[in-house]
Amino acid sequence: MDRMPRWADIVLIPLINLLLAFLISGLVILAIGEDPIEALKLMVDGALGSTYGWGFTLYYATNFIFTGLAVAVAFHASLFNIGGEGQAALGGLGVALVCLMVPWPHWTIALIAATVGAGLFGALWAAIPAYLQAKRGSHIVITTIMFNFIAASLLNYVLVNMLRPAGSMDPATAKFPEATHLPTLTDFLEIFGIPFAARTPANITLIIALLACVAVYFLIWRTRLGYQIRALGKSEPAAIYAGISPVWIIMITMMISGALAGLMAINNVMGEAERLVLNSVEGAGFIGIAVALMGRSHPFGVLIAALLFGFLYQGGAELALWTSIPRDLVVVIQALVILFTGALDGMVRTPVERMFLALRRRKPQPTRGPAE
Amino acid sequence: MSLMKHFLGAAATLALGTGVALADPAIIFDLGGKFDKSFNEAAFNGAQQWAQETGGSYKEIEMQSEAQREQALRRLAETGSNPVVMTGFAFGSVLAEVAGDYPETDFVIVDAVVEQPNVTSIVFKEHEGSYLVGYMAAQASQNNTVGFIGGMDIPLIRRFACGYAQGAKAANPDTTVIANMTGTTPAAWNDPVKGAELTKAQISQGADVVYAAAGGTGVGVLQAAADEGKLSVGVDSNQNGLHPGSVLTSMMKRVDVAVYEAFSADELAGGVQVLGLSNDGVGYAMDENNAELVSEEMQAAVEGVKAEIIAGNIEVHDYMSDESCPALSF
Repeated sequence: MDRMPRWADIVLIPLINLLLAFLISGLVILAIGEDPIEALKLMVDGALGSTYGWGFTLYYATNFIFTGLAVAVAFHASLFNIGGEGQAALGGLGVALVCLMVPWPHWTIALIAATVGAGLFGALWAAIPAYLQAKRGSHIVITTIMFNFIAASLLNYVLVNMLRPAGSMDPATAKFPEATHLPTLTDFLEIFGIPFAARTPANITLIIALLACVAVYFLIWRTRLGYQIRALGKSEPAAIYAGISPVWIIMITMMISGALAGLMAINNVMGEAERLVLNSVEGAGFIGIAVALMGRSHPFGVLIAALLFGFLYQGGAELALWTSIPRDLVVVIQALVILFTGALDGMVRTPVERMFLALRRRKPQPTRGPAE
Repeated sequence: MSLMKHFLGAAATLALGTGVALADPAIIFDLGGKFDKSFNEAAFNGAQQWAQETGGSYKEIEMQSEAQREQALRRLAETGSNPVVMTGFAFGSVLAEVAGDYPETDFVIVDAVVEQPNVTSIVFKEHEGSYLVGYMAAQASQNNTVGFIGGMDIPLIRRFACGYAQGAKAANPDTTVIANMTGTTPAAWNDPVKGAELTKAQISQGADVVYAAAGGTGVGVLQAAADEGKLSVGVDSNQNGLHPGSVLTSMMKRVDVAVYEAFSADELAGGVQVLGLSNDGVGYAMDENNAELVSEEMQAAVEGVKAEIIAGNIEVHDYMSDESCPALSF
């Protein structure tokens, strides 16, 4: 056994990465002449210091859970789906069409239909790059990122020329009818008597996101399909040898991934804006990559990482609002977190691993083989 | 996460101490950014003027994406800013929803009309100001061809174009007006590269005065016109100084005055304020940068036209009244 303990892999290393990222961010804030401690306090207070802040943090986190799960599922098949942005945008179109075209009697029915619409549109948008990868070998990274641009242009066209209500100058759809408005988290928590700040964008989609986490867990580790996905991800020749069809698995994995990204639209389009606007995804598709990396592609890790990024998003917005620290610097902080947890992971991992091994060597190791 | 909880406790105790002063005014700049040298910057200048004169401070948010508008608005209202001023028609539908939730807060929206008791809507008669600069452009043009470059293709910008074309045709009925729009989405407010390309295309078609009503995109229009040795007309702010000797004049839309007055007012009246030539809400800019470009006769003529419009003898057609323009087809 030459590995470090599991807890160190899952908890210690991300924590060190995070601390390093915050440390460098602090130095950057210091360099532009602001107080980093004050800035951190402001971020924590703005994002977590009140139920109002929590409302925003959870709203962003909900977005990131969906896109993070989308990337994580694809990761298990060794597919790098960076098209979450486009898939979520198309999911928004699905939600908008469902909500605007049919007079729904009640939000529960509308929610089910919108979930199907969002998932279907996201899945179909991911199916094209998946097909190109499976059948033609076009690399999924290239095709999915190109499909982000196609999705943005398509949405521009549809919003400006087709869905914009007559007489409106803003390229956005009409407001969804009253019956499709989702209850907010405040309404939901009120049932249990928990007071929560009103007028935050958090809504019951959060619960769908948590359910999605559970569903992804069961899919990946408790179903035959999940086994096949992981088998393909570990070794394609072995998977083929075991009778797994790579074409089928790539298609189905990417469609599940696209559907998860698309589901994000329930939160931001149906739950929050209640109409489809341009750029409704706001980069959540890309944050999903960082969330999946940081969460080690595990649904629970994704959930924690999504909360962290929700905090960074909301805290960053507060920072930009109350200090002269520009919003761009918040992007720098996010980038540092991504850099340290993703790209520079090995920088921390190797020394920590060595340290654990060194500690172990001092103790007697009865299980060690004579060859060592 | 336990670390977070630790911070949480510290922050909660501190939050009481750092409580933010209430009732500061706030302003939200729409896409294009506050340094677009044009529409948003005019608003920024108004806010700055207020801050300098009163020593007060104000909150500001620059929109980065279409999807943030409601959150930005709510966040400012929630934190007790009052009044909350926003620039841009795109806030109209959002504000109509949000305003009712914050009856204690006064909202001011520039360029759109929102009918709520606590909303003051400020709209400008851009067609009147554009008529004047169109009149000047046609007089300055040697090829009898003038250009118009709009930002996003919306009725509001067509109103600029229509007023401009009417003015140009009034000064010289033989004038050809070439009009182009930069795009159909808010990204068109901040695309100086495309603005420059369109300008060069118009110049190659013979235009020698180009009017930009395009927010930040106009920076590229003015630059391209200066590079080609042609004239341009700025918009919203006084842009004469951007390229002295090349910017014929600027169609001033006094967003700065509107913001300044909204910030200064003790109590906002609500309702709709229409600012036109008669109350100096729009106009054309004269300063040392364009003094040589505008001859005495030109200025006298345009002053005459201005007086006629104010007196009601010249009626400038408003595109937004019936979505059509007698002088220009889009």
